[in-house]
Amino acid sequence: MEHIELFFKSIFVDNMVFAYFLGMCSYLAVSKKVSTAVGLGAAVIFVLAITVPLNWLLDQYLLQEGALTWLGPEFADYDLSFLSFIMFIATIATMVQLVEIIVEKFSPSLYNSLGIFLPLIAVNCAILGGSLFMQSREIETLGLALNYGVASGIGWFLAILAIAAIREKIRYSNVPAPLRGLGITFIITGLMAIGFMSFGGMLTGGEEEATEESREDTVGMVNTTSTSEKNTETDLKLEITEDTNK
Amino acid sequence: MGLLSKKDSKLIMDPLADNNPITIQVLGICSALAITAQLKPSIVMAISVMFVMGVGNVVISLMRNIIPSKIRIIVQLVVVATLVIIVDQVLKAFAYTLSKELSVFIGLIITNCIIMGRFEAFALGNGVWRSFLDGIGNALGYGVILIIVGFFRELLGSGTLFGFKVLGDPVEKTGLYAIGYENNGFMVLPPMALIVVGIIIWVQRSRNKDLIED
Repeated sequence: MEHIELFFKSIFVDNMVFAYFLGMCSYLAVSKKVSTAVGLGAAVIFVLAITVPLNWLLDQYLLQEGALTWLGPEFADYDLSFLSFIMFIATIATMVQLVEIIVEKFSPSLYNSLGIFLPLIAVNCAILGGSLFMQSREIETLGLALNYGVASGIGWFLAILAIAAIREKIRYSNVPAPLRGLGITFIITGLMAIGFMSFGGMLTGGEEEATEESREDTVGMVNTTSTSEKNTETDLKLEITEDTNK
Repeated sequence: MGLLSKKDSKLIMDPLADNNPITIQVLGICSALAITAQLKPSIVMAISVMFVMGVGNVVISLMRNIIPSKIRIIVQLVVVATLVIIVDQVLKAFAYTLSKELSVFIGLIITNCIIMGRFEAFALGNGVWRSFLDGIGNALGYGVILIIVGFFRELLGSGTLFGFKVLGDPVEKTGLYAIGYENNGFMVLPPMALIVVGIIIWVQRSRNKDLIED
């Protein structure tokens, strides 16, 4: 149950792109065609699934306060968590290189389709973001960390797939000249994010959920009923615009 | 400017408008949008990025002749990560609540594409002083957008600036609230950051027709 909840929460509620704007650079740069978007999305799922559990192990047995106890009692009060940025990014960069070499050796066809994107991924915020969120949310077990990695990868994949499909269609519509390209992509992403906000009500009920949500809205927030109304309205609008684009 | 030659001041002024890292080069959006719900974190973020970019560009430019090109990405990542750790520790020591508010987004400066992009495109091929100016210029261009977005989102969303109630008190109905003005709570939610940036791009491109994509 815990696994299923985390899985859907990471895909829809805490979507990397729409809720936290992670990996926006490659999201905007590589979303002009669906086929390349699928390639990059698959590579992101792959790398997240490897690096998040790996960084979980590092965090648990090396970086956290008291994590070095396994070396002996005199190491018990070391706190190396200030090193986590450099450790995480080093792990990610190394893993990306390693994955690139392995994939090239064993599956040249996969390498040809993913290959060009792999170096790009080392500097994708979504990958480092995955590890940092894993650390700050204190995910408990290795299995959950793997689950979180895969699920947030899938969330990112869905986002880039959707925007690539919309951008392919939007070429045929009459967008005001100054908005063409980047501008309209931003606004569409904003509208999609509003749509994804409606998933926020999907997993309410647990006490843990309530604390999570209150943490996110540090600024005084509007009452929930009016936002959910807005959500459904904009959802409808979104559907209508998508229909007219077809 | 007596200190800077014409070419040098171009390095600072260009990224502010016509070659802005966010609206034109499309770099560094990742960490930019999530923290702009209020003005104060936006400014802290802009200053942090300016420090990391200025110093990072100088370091990379000093080492540019001894870095083997095959491993340059890793070298760059290590330099940025070190600088970001310094920023993070300083924030934790002197502004703890703010550093909690920015949470993982300080760490995400490491993968901010502006920084890697400028290292690759400029610092690896230019001298120390010019690289420093380029770093500061791009960080200013980034900061300007952050501050504009933060300003509008905080003003329209919560009716405050830096936490001061500039539009009056919504509970006691003073100032603008006395005549029926309401805060648009939607502005503080994440999607509006994207839409505000979209509008900035729109305004900028309709003022300068050369920037329009086809």
